[in-house]
Amino acid sequence: MVVAAVVLPIVAFALLLATGLGRDPRSVPSELVGEPAPTFDLPRLGEEGSVDLAALRGQVVVVNFWASWCLACRDEHPALDEAWRRYRDRGVVVVGVDFEDTEEAALAYVSEMGGDWPLVTDPGSRTAIAYGVFGVPETFVIAPDGTIAAKTIGAVTYAWLTEHIDAALRSGEGR
Amino acid sequence: MSRWVPIAAAVLVAAAAIWFAGSGAGRPDTLEERAQVVAAGLRCPVCQNLSVADSPSRLAGEMRGEIRARLADGETEDEVRAYFVERYGEWVLLEPTRRGLNLVPWLFPLVAVLVGVGVWAFVIRRRPPTGEEEPTEADRPRVAAELAGLEDVP
Repeated sequence: MVVAAVVLPIVAFALLLATGLGRDPRSVPSELVGEPAPTFDLPRLGEEGSVDLAALRGQVVVVNFWASWCLACRDEHPALDEAWRRYRDRGVVVVGVDFEDTEEAALAYVSEMGGDWPLVTDPGSRTAIAYGVFGVPETFVIAPDGTIAAKTIGAVTYAWLTEHIDAALRSGEGR
Repeated sequence: MSRWVPIAAAVLVAAAAIWFAGSGAGRPDTLEERAQVVAAGLRCPVCQNLSVADSPSRLAGEMRGEIRARLADGETEDEVRAYFVERYGEWVLLEPTRRGLNLVPWLFPLVAVLVGVGVWAFVIRRRPPTGEEEPTEADRPRVAAELAGLEDVP
């Protein structure tokens, strides 16, 4: 009786800790997948004009938050480049949103790394906040109906991009 | 009777404090104060355990700007908080909302106290007297003899 009174709470507490400590405290499930993508109309980086997400409705849009100071962005750059070249003729648009950066550093990064998909700046980080961005890189795939189909944190891989772009393209064909 | 006086005084002070807290005295009025209150309750996404109000990071500064802009547009504090929760999840709130499973930390101490009172009332109070009572006059000689015997032990 006394043993049970002592042991049971300890076991219950240990189970509570086991379930809680087994989770990754930094993993944050996205609230936005399946929700309408926040709209934006942002100025192009280093050139005239803007990219208006609303004008891209009906197309699959890959929104990639990046920065010139971000090392994982260098890792993912070839994957984005390859996906952009493979899918651009099928109406898929990659948009790179520069996060917490200077225009000078961002342009130097682009001339070093290459890539010719549209890049935009995000004054006041209002779009990054609207997308719940924690840090860069983060990548969203927006389906033709304007909802967020997928999100990933950290360097995106070519396999992840093709999987979610293909799925988003299929979701557009069924309509 | 007089032992109730401190308890009554404590109850009065507590009631006055609750009334004062609920009366709106000391509530923030200006836009900047209201933005500060909202920012203090939001977790900075690019920091380790800092609020948006306390963080010197650029993103936290921009989030304070977003809070001010939304309050200036006429949104309430709760609507601004809801905007951030929609994007960053419940994670962004430094103090989780008090509902569902989140109530456990608040209710658990209360439940523990009630269980403790129950144990005290039903177990300890009903335990029979242990017999450790003052010796009667008739016992005195024997107690004295026993104590004398103890002193002989080295």
